[in-house]
Amino acid sequence: MNKASVVANLCKSCGFCVKFCPKKVIAFGDKRNSKGHYYPVIDLEGCIGCGTCAIVCPEAAMEIVKGD
Amino acid sequence: MAKEFMKGNEAIGEAAVRGGVRFFAGYPITPQSELPEYLSWRLPEVGGCFVQGESEVASINMVYGAAATGVRAMTGSSSPGISLKSEGISYLSAAELPAVIVNMQRGGPGLGSIQPAQQDYLQATKAAGHGGFRMLVFAPYTVQEAVDIVYDAPEYAERDRSPVMILMDGCLGTMMEEVELPPMKELPESPCKPWTVGYDGTKRGGHLITPIYPEAGLEGKNKLAVQRTKRWEENDVRVEEFMVDDAEWVIVAYGMSARVAKQVVLDLREVGFKIGLIRPITLFPFPKKSIANLDYTKVKGLIDIEMSIPALMREDIELQVLGRAPVYEYGRSGGILLDDESTKAAVRKIIEGGEQ
Amino acid sequence: MAVEKVYTKPKCLLPLSSGFCPGCLHSLATKLIAEAIDDLGVAEKVINVLPVGCATMNSLYWKLDMVTSAHGRAPAVATGIKRCRPDALVFAYQGDGDLASIGLSEVLMAANRGEHITIFFANNSTYGMTGGQMAPTTLVGQKSTTCIYGRDPDTMGYPLRMCELIKELEAPVYVARFSLNNPANIRKAKAGIKKAMQNQVEGLGFSFVELLTNCPTNWHMSPVKTLEFMEEHTMKYFPCGVFVDKTAKEGE
Repeated sequence: MNKASVVANLCKSCGFCVKFCPKKVIAFGDKRNSKGHYYPVIDLEGCIGCGTCAIVCPEAAMEIVKGD
Repeated sequence: MAKEFMKGNEAIGEAAVRGGVRFFAGYPITPQSELPEYLSWRLPEVGGCFVQGESEVASINMVYGAAATGVRAMTGSSSPGISLKSEGISYLSAAELPAVIVNMQRGGPGLGSIQPAQQDYLQATKAAGHGGFRMLVFAPYTVQEAVDIVYDAPEYAERDRSPVMILMDGCLGTMMEEVELPPMKELPESPCKPWTVGYDGTKRGGHLITPIYPEAGLEGKNKLAVQRTKRWEENDVRVEEFMVDDAEWVIVAYGMSARVAKQVVLDLREVGFKIGLIRPITLFPFPKKSIANLDYTKVKGLIDIEMSIPALMREDIELQVLGRAPVYEYGRSGGILLDDESTKAAVRKIIEGGEQ
Repeated sequence: MAVEKVYTKPKCLLPLSSGFCPGCLHSLATKLIAEAIDDLGVAEKVINVLPVGCATMNSLYWKLDMVTSAHGRAPAVATGIKRCRPDALVFAYQGDGDLASIGLSEVLMAANRGEHITIFFANNSTYGMTGGQMAPTTLVGQKSTTCIYGRDPDTMGYPLRMCELIKELEAPVYVARFSLNNPANIRKAKAGIKKAMQNQVEGLGFSFVELLTNCPTNWHMSPVKTLEFMEEHTMKYFPCGVFVDKTAKEGE
C-alpha cells in the first residue's frame, strides 16, 4: 500500500496535514528541522496512502511513496 | 531611393518598422497620435503587433513585456503621457531591456497645451524616471533626421540593453517634409537572445528578467551603468557646429529651435555679425566639448534659444562655459512657436545691448 | 532500489523551501500551478509574469522563464509577451493589491481584449508583503493596519468581487473562483487551474482563476485558524464556482 513520507527540511509546521489526515495518524514530533520547525511524524501502520496530506501541504513537504 | 512627402509622426512610424520594430503599444495623445494610427495598420503588414493600451502606463508595460522576448519594441507619447510612463522607463532601465521611446513634446506643465514646445528637456536628460538612471536622448531637427535616428534607435537600445528616447516636438511630429526612407532591415529568424525569455529550442532551467535585485546586486548594476554613461560620453555624442570657428556669439539650440536659430545665424552673418550655432543632436550625452572648447578670448557670449521658459538647457551650457562668457536665453513656451523675425530681433538686442 | 514516489514536489519548482510564511496558501497555489504545468508537460514553453507582493518571492522558486512586472501591471506585461511569443504559455499570478487595486484597469482591459493569457488571482483580503493594509477585497468589518476598527463601507466601500466583474465581459472564455481552505476545495482548484492552463495550450482565449487564500501573519491567526475564517467569512462573501466556461466543445 502507498504510504505518506515527510520531507522534514521543507516543513514549516503549519499543521494542515495533521488537521486533514482522515485517519488521524499524523502528529507533530519533538524534532525540529534546520529552520527550527517541528515536523510531523506519521504512524505508517495507520496510513492508507490516500494523499490528503500531500494535497494540502503548501510546501510539498509530504510525499506519497509507492507501496509494494 | 525615392523621396516621399511625409508627416513627421508617420515618417518615424515607417522608419521604426524599417528599423526592425515589430511591437508598438501606445495611447492617443496630441500631437503624437498619427504615430499609433500609422503603426496600427502598418505593423500587422510586416508581421508585427500593435496594441492600443488602455493607458500610457499599460502601454509602457506592454513594451516591457515585448522587450523581454527580444522583439524590438517601441512606444510614443507626449509630455504628460511620458510622465505616466516614467515608472516603466525606470523599470526598463533597471531590467536592462531595450526599448525606443518617442516624446513629441507639447506645452506644459500640467495638461499644458497641445501646441509644440521643448519643456521636457530636464525630464528627458536628468530624470526620466526614479532611481538616477540615464539613457541616450536624441533630438532630431528635421523629419529626415528623425527618420534616420528612429531607424537606428533599436540598435542603440539593444547594444546597451536600455531604453532610448527620441525627444521631438509637436512641430516635427505634425509637419510634412521630404524624406528618403532607408531600406527594410533584415531581422534574425528568432528574437531569442541569451538575455531574453521564451523557449529558444534549448533546454534551459529558466531565465529571470527583473528590475529587483538584492542591495549589493543593485549597487553593482548602478556602477556598471556609470561605466556605460562614460562610454556614451566618449563615443556617442552627436552635435552640429554651424559657423562656430570665427564666431563671437554662439547660439545653442536643439530641435525646432535650432532650425529657427540657423536662419537667424545666416541673416545676421549677412549684416556682418560673427555668430554661430551649436546644435546638440544627442541631448544626453550632452556635447560638452563643443561648448567647453570654444575660444573664449573671442567669444563674447552664448545665447540659449529654446521653446521653453525658462530655458532648461541653460545650466548644462553654463557648466561648460564656467563663467568665461555671459550666457543669455531667449524663448517662447506654453505652445507658442519661435518665429525667425522676433528671434532675430531678440538675438540682435542681446548682442548690441548686452542684457535683454 | 530507489523508492518510487507516487506524489512529490513538482519538477518546475526548485527543490528548496518557498519564501512564504508557514501555512501561506500562496505557496499551495504555486504548488498547484506547478503541478498543472508538470502534468501538461509544458514547463519549457511557460513564461510567468510575477507581481509585486508576497508572490514576487516566487522569482527565486520557479524553474521557469519569468519576468517581474511593476505593481499592478502584470496583465499588460503578459500582453506584450504573448503578442510577441504566441507560442509561449504566459500566465500571471497576482495578489489582491496588485490585481484588484492598482492593476484593476490592466486586468479588466486584458480580459476585455481577450488576450490569450491565463491570470491567477490570489485573494487573501490584505496586502501581505507590506504588512497587512486594507485591500480592495478586505471584508466589511475586517481589521487591517489601515482600517484598525474594521472596514467601514461608508468610507471604504465594499470588497471587490473580481470574478463577478470579469464574467460580464464578452471575451473571457473561463472565469472561476476556488477556495484553498480544505482538501475537497483544493482538488477542485487544481482541476480549475489545469483547465485554465489547458485553455491557453489550446489557444481558446483569456482565462481567469481567482483563488481564495489566507494570510496567517496579517490576519493574526494560526494557519489552521485561517482556514476556518475563510469558511465562515471569506467564502460567504466570495462564492466559489465557475462563472464562465465557453470552452466546452460540442458534444462534450
